[in-house]
Amino acid sequence: MSRRDFLLRKFLLSLVTIFVVIVINFMLFRVLPGDPVRSVIGRNVRISAETQQALREQFGLDKPIFPDQFIDTIGQWAQGNLGISWSLRRPVSEVLMSKLGNTVLLIGLGQVLAIFLGVTLGLLAGWKRKTAIDVGALTFSLVAWAIPTFWLGIIFLAAGSAWFGLPTAGIMSPENTGKPLMTILPDLARHLFLPTLTLTILYLGEYMLIMRSSILEVLSEDYILTAKAKGMSDWQVLWRHALRNAMLPIVTLIALNLGFTVSGAIYIETVFSYDGLGKLFQTALVKQDYPLLQGAFLLLAVSVIIANMAADILYAVLDPRVKES
Amino acid sequence: MTVQPLLSVRHLTTEFQLAGKQIARALEDVSFDVMPGKTIGLVGESGCGKTTTLMSIMRLLPASGRITSGNVYFNGIDLLTLSEHEMRAHRWKEMSIIFQGAMNALNPVMKIGDQIREAILLHNLMPRNAAEQRVGELLELVGIPRLRRDLYPHQYSGGMRQRAMIAMALACSPDLLFADEPTTALDVMIQAQVLELLKEIQKKLGLAIVLVTHDLGVVAEMCDDVVVMYGGKVAEYGSAELVYNQPQHPYTQRLLEAFPDLSRSIDSSTDLATIPGTPPRLNALPPGCRFSPRCHKSMEICTQIAPDLIAQNTAGNAQHLAACHLLNKLEIKNS
Repeated sequence: MSRRDFLLRKFLLSLVTIFVVIVINFMLFRVLPGDPVRSVIGRNVRISAETQQALREQFGLDKPIFPDQFIDTIGQWAQGNLGISWSLRRPVSEVLMSKLGNTVLLIGLGQVLAIFLGVTLGLLAGWKRKTAIDVGALTFSLVAWAIPTFWLGIIFLAAGSAWFGLPTAGIMSPENTGKPLMTILPDLARHLFLPTLTLTILYLGEYMLIMRSSILEVLSEDYILTAKAKGMSDWQVLWRHALRNAMLPIVTLIALNLGFTVSGAIYIETVFSYDGLGKLFQTALVKQDYPLLQGAFLLLAVSVIIANMAADILYAVLDPRVKES
Repeated sequence: MTVQPLLSVRHLTTEFQLAGKQIARALEDVSFDVMPGKTIGLVGESGCGKTTTLMSIMRLLPASGRITSGNVYFNGIDLLTLSEHEMRAHRWKEMSIIFQGAMNALNPVMKIGDQIREAILLHNLMPRNAAEQRVGELLELVGIPRLRRDLYPHQYSGGMRQRAMIAMALACSPDLLFADEPTTALDVMIQAQVLELLKEIQKKLGLAIVLVTHDLGVVAEMCDDVVVMYGGKVAEYGSAELVYNQPQHPYTQRLLEAFPDLSRSIDSSTDLATIPGTPPRLNALPPGCRFSPRCHKSMEICTQIAPDLIAQNTAGNAQHLAACHLLNKLEIKNS
């Protein structure tokens, strides 16, 4: 299979997957219990039955689910219209986009740090197996991986604000809203510090553990013995022969994690009241804001699929064996 | 005028640390010589220390392995006294190795040509294009078209991979080539081709080969000398001709009986002989001669005292040694 065929196939497969997700996403919110109109009205019982019916018609909820609502919805989605958020009374796509930047900043930073530190630590631990470095890194990673996200977040929040005077909520201090970016960078960094630290520690453990076992497996391979027999130093063997092979499982993990970053941030953003997608999802869930949830699910699913496609392609670049199979 | 041996292994003893502080003595008192340009075969069942011998000589034992005593002289230098840094300069430049499964011995994510070039540039200061030229020559030497340098190991067939491995082993024109069961993973036709290639290259380049195998037919065809190993010790050692025609050690005799003789008619109703039992576990070696529990000629002394290697009377310069109490008539009478 040529490289072009391979890429094309992966792309088409991703498109099909996205379509399936759209269908499931649509059905899911139609079988969920609860009446959207009631949700919008809340406890205001004085709204008459006629008004309620008018609301249903306004949202197109009086029509049959299939095919009318389905076709209507898909058509709207294709144009980028994900509906109106019931709780915020603003277009869903606009709401999502306004929070996306904050989340990508937090998650991106945390992931990059976690990947870099975790992979380095795992490499060292595997290479210096059974030494103090290995035992220390292994213990730390297992503990870090096992700690619940919200718990670590709360501990850091308490400790950080009590002892270091770090802010407890938001992405910047209220008085800085609207000021030029350059002048508020220190303030942004102070707000980012704790959630990023939490995120880094939580993901670091996983990367470290996978990298360690991967490098151990690779180091037992015959081609490593060949490389040593060629007269290479340990560093040369590690750098030129072991690293690339050992990185293969990590690439998959990175892609999967990046895909799930949006959902993974729910806990952290909620604990730190960080104004990103995760917190938005939580709000949408609590308020049963179906259009917003639906949009959120769609964004989530598409980002997971794209991340997977990226992983497949990157994997093929790193491992020449993949394209054949 | 006598020719000095290229490689001289003396009383090599290697131990492995097992789980639970147990020690397995994988090699004990192994000695043999490799003459320049000659081929020596290391034979014996699996687990008799053949590969450990090679790994000890190249000092590539895993972390649990340790050479506890002995010397390995290469061109007069004791390799075991060198620092790791000095040893690295000897590897591949003077002695290279090819393994059983060339599939796994080549890095799957590196082009074949790059792997060969890497070996060249590790030990030689030369411009990249000169190294590239050499890669082409090496590939052609083993019968692979130059253009195939850009392929990855999985795109080669088994036989081609072993050829590429041989080309890589020749990258720095070594004096000595270790071949650790180079044909075991290949089918019979390809086996013959690879062996033929090794012989051809030896003739052309004059390198010495240490061939590890349990295929006695290969030994008969390829080797000048043979070391028969059992339980980490040398059971019999001598010129291939003498060991084949006048095997002295019962283990060698049984090994040869267990090997099909194609000069006999194929529909012969006699089954091939087998040696009952398995080689000893290296952390639970029997006292006395290590072969005694399986030996059909075992005597009382065999279970008590380990026999020494005894030189056999041979015509001319050929040497022939075997470690068996049967060969020491005096001892038998006294016991």
